[in-house]
Amino acid sequence: MIQIKDLHKSYKMGKNSLHVLKGINFNVEEGELVAIMGSSGSGKSTLLNILGMLDSSDTGEYILDNVPIKNLNETKAARYRNKFLGFVFQSFNLINYKSAAENVALPLYYQKVPRKERQEKALKYLEQVGLKEWASHLPSELSGGQKQRVAIARALAAEPKVLLADEPTGALDSKTSYEVMDLIQKINDQGNTILIVTHEPDIADMCKRIVHLKDGVIIEDKKIEQVRAEQYV
Amino acid sequence: MFDLERWQEIFDTIRKNKLRTFLTGLSVASGIFILVILLGFGQGMQNGIAKEFEQDAATSVWVWPGVTTKEYKGMNPGRRIQLRNENYDFAAVLLADKIEHKSPRLFVRNSFVNYGKESLAYNVQGVSAQFQFIENEFMSQGRFLNQQDVDLKSKVAIISNKIKREVFKDIESPIGEILDISGISFKIVGVYGDIGGEREEDRIYIPISTAQQVFNGADYINNLAYTLPPAKDFETAVVQSIQFKNAIKSYLQQAHTVAPDDTSAIQVYNPMEEAKRFYSLMGGIKFFFWFVGVCTIIAGIVGVSNIMLIVVKERTREIGIRKALGAKPWSIVGMILHEAIFITAIAGFSGLILSMGLLELVGPHIEVDYILNPSVDFNVALTTVIVLVVAGAIAGFFPAWRAARIHVIEALRDE
Repeated sequence: MIQIKDLHKSYKMGKNSLHVLKGINFNVEEGELVAIMGSSGSGKSTLLNILGMLDSSDTGEYILDNVPIKNLNETKAARYRNKFLGFVFQSFNLINYKSAAENVALPLYYQKVPRKERQEKALKYLEQVGLKEWASHLPSELSGGQKQRVAIARALAAEPKVLLADEPTGALDSKTSYEVMDLIQKINDQGNTILIVTHEPDIADMCKRIVHLKDGVIIEDKKIEQVRAEQYV
Repeated sequence: MFDLERWQEIFDTIRKNKLRTFLTGLSVASGIFILVILLGFGQGMQNGIAKEFEQDAATSVWVWPGVTTKEYKGMNPGRRIQLRNENYDFAAVLLADKIEHKSPRLFVRNSFVNYGKESLAYNVQGVSAQFQFIENEFMSQGRFLNQQDVDLKSKVAIISNKIKREVFKDIESPIGEILDISGISFKIVGVYGDIGGEREEDRIYIPISTAQQVFNGADYINNLAYTLPPAKDFETAVVQSIQFKNAIKSYLQQAHTVAPDDTSAIQVYNPMEEAKRFYSLMGGIKFFFWFVGVCTIIAGIVGVSNIMLIVVKERTREIGIRKALGAKPWSIVGMILHEAIFITAIAGFSGLILSMGLLELVGPHIEVDYILNPSVDFNVALTTVIVLVVAGAIAGFFPAWRAARIHVIEALRDE
C-alpha cells in the first residue's frame, strides 16, 4: 500500500539546515495497523506530514497505492488527499460551527458527492462510531472522546486507502483513549490500513506493528502481538 | 453560485459575526448611497439646465441693441442704437439661407390693458407670425398671429393660458373677447401656452405692424429673434449658431457704424452657445460626482477587504482542515470570494434601493434653480450594480488568495 525509499527531509532555519529525516525506508501492506513511535524531534510528525502529502520530501520515493507521489501541485495534492487519505488529529480539528454530521460529510462535499448521499453516508459512519444520535450536535456539545470519534468518522467517510492518525489519543484521558483505540482496532479489523503516530507505549502496543524513529532514522521496526483495547473499556 | 452548501456556510459565518458584517456592509452601502445620490443630483442639474433652455427654441438667436462704448468713425461713444424695420428686412435677405424662423419684436411700453372694467398688468409685445416657433409657444385655443394680421395691421391679440385663467375664468372662451390696450380695442383670436411655464406667460402678443403704427408711429424694433434650421448634431448646431451670431452682429455693426469690438452696442444671445458651456460644465460636474462616488466605494471595498482578511485569519485553522480533507485551492478562493461578493452585493443593493427610494420620494419636490427632478436612470443603476459586483470581487480577491495559500500544517498548528 505504502512504499517509501530513502526519504530525506530537511528544514531551513535561517542559515542552518535541520536534517529531520535521514533516509527512511519502509513499506506498509494493506490492512496493517502501524504505530510510529519516537520522542519529540524524532521526525515522526514530519514523516506523517509527508505521508499525508501536507509536506513534500527533498529526495526519495513515495508510492501510495501504486501511484508515485511526487511533483504535486496544490490542486493535485488536494485531490490525492481527498481520494487516498483520511486524517485524524490530536486536537480533533472539527469545524466548530458545523454539526457532527456536517463535519463527517465535509470530505464527501469535496468529492462532489450529492447532498442527500452525503447526509446518508455521514449518518452511516456516525453510526459506525456509535454517535448516530449525536448527529445534529455541535462539536462544543461533545466530549473529547466523542469529538475524536466524529473525527474518525469523518476520516472514514471519504473511504480512504490509508487512515493517518497523529496522536489520536494525545488529548484524551486513558479510558477514553482506549475507547478510541478500540474503535480504531475495529476499523482495522474491517481491512483498513491505519498509521498512528504516538509516543504512548500502551497505545503503540494496541497496534500490530511498531516503527521506532529516532533522530530521523528508523531504529526499530517490529511486528507485535496486538493488545485488544476492548478489555480495558 | 447555486451551491447550497456554500451559501449555508456564508450564512453561518455571517450569523456568527453579525456586527462585523453589518459594519462592513454599512461602509459599502453608504458608498453606493452617496454615489447614487450624487449621480441623481448630477442628472437633476442636467434636467434643470435642459429646462432652462427649453423655454425658447434651442437654436434661437436673440439680438438687441444697446449703447455704444467706443468711439468709431467720428461717432462718439454713448450713442443709443435703435433697430429699425430696414435692419430686420435686410438681415432677412442677407442671411436668408441660414434662418428658419424670424420675427422682429417691439415692447409696447406704458400701455394700459383693460378688459371690461378690469385693469390688467401684462406686457404687450408686437411680434410677427413666426414668433410662435421662436418662443416655443403652443396654441391651446384659436390661432397665433399670421402674416395677414401683420400685413393688414389687424387689431388682434393673443393671450396666454395664464391670462385666460386669471381674467377669463368666468366665460367659456376668451376667443372673440375684446381687450382694450391703451384705448384701442383688440380682438382676442388665440390662447397660447409656453413650455417654459407660467413666468413666460405674462405676455399679450399683437402684430408688430399694428404695434408700430398704433403705439409709437415709427419703424422701431426692440429686438430681433431667429431660429436656425436644425443641424444634424449638437456640435454642428453650435458652430452654425456662432457663425450666425457673428454674421448678424457684423451686419448690424456696419449698418449702425459701431466699432467691431464694441460688445455692448449690439448684443446677441444664442442659447446654443450657452448650452454648450453649460453642458461641458455639466460634464465636468458629472465626472467629479462619479469620481467622488467611486472613491467612496473604494473606501468601502478596502473595508470589506480588511474584514475578509480578518475572516481569513480567523478561519485559518478551518481552512487548514478543509485543505487536509481535500479542498482544492480554488474552492477556498471561491468560498472567500463568494462571501465578499455576497456581502458587498447585499449591502450595495440596500444602499442602491435606499438612495433610489430617497430620490424617488424627495426628487420631484426639489425646487431649486438648475436642479430638476434628480433621479437615476436604469443604465446608471445597472452600472452601479456592475461596479458593486466588481468591487466585491476585488475586495474578496486578495484575502481569498491569501486563504488559498495557507499552509495546512501551520494552519492546524494555529491555536
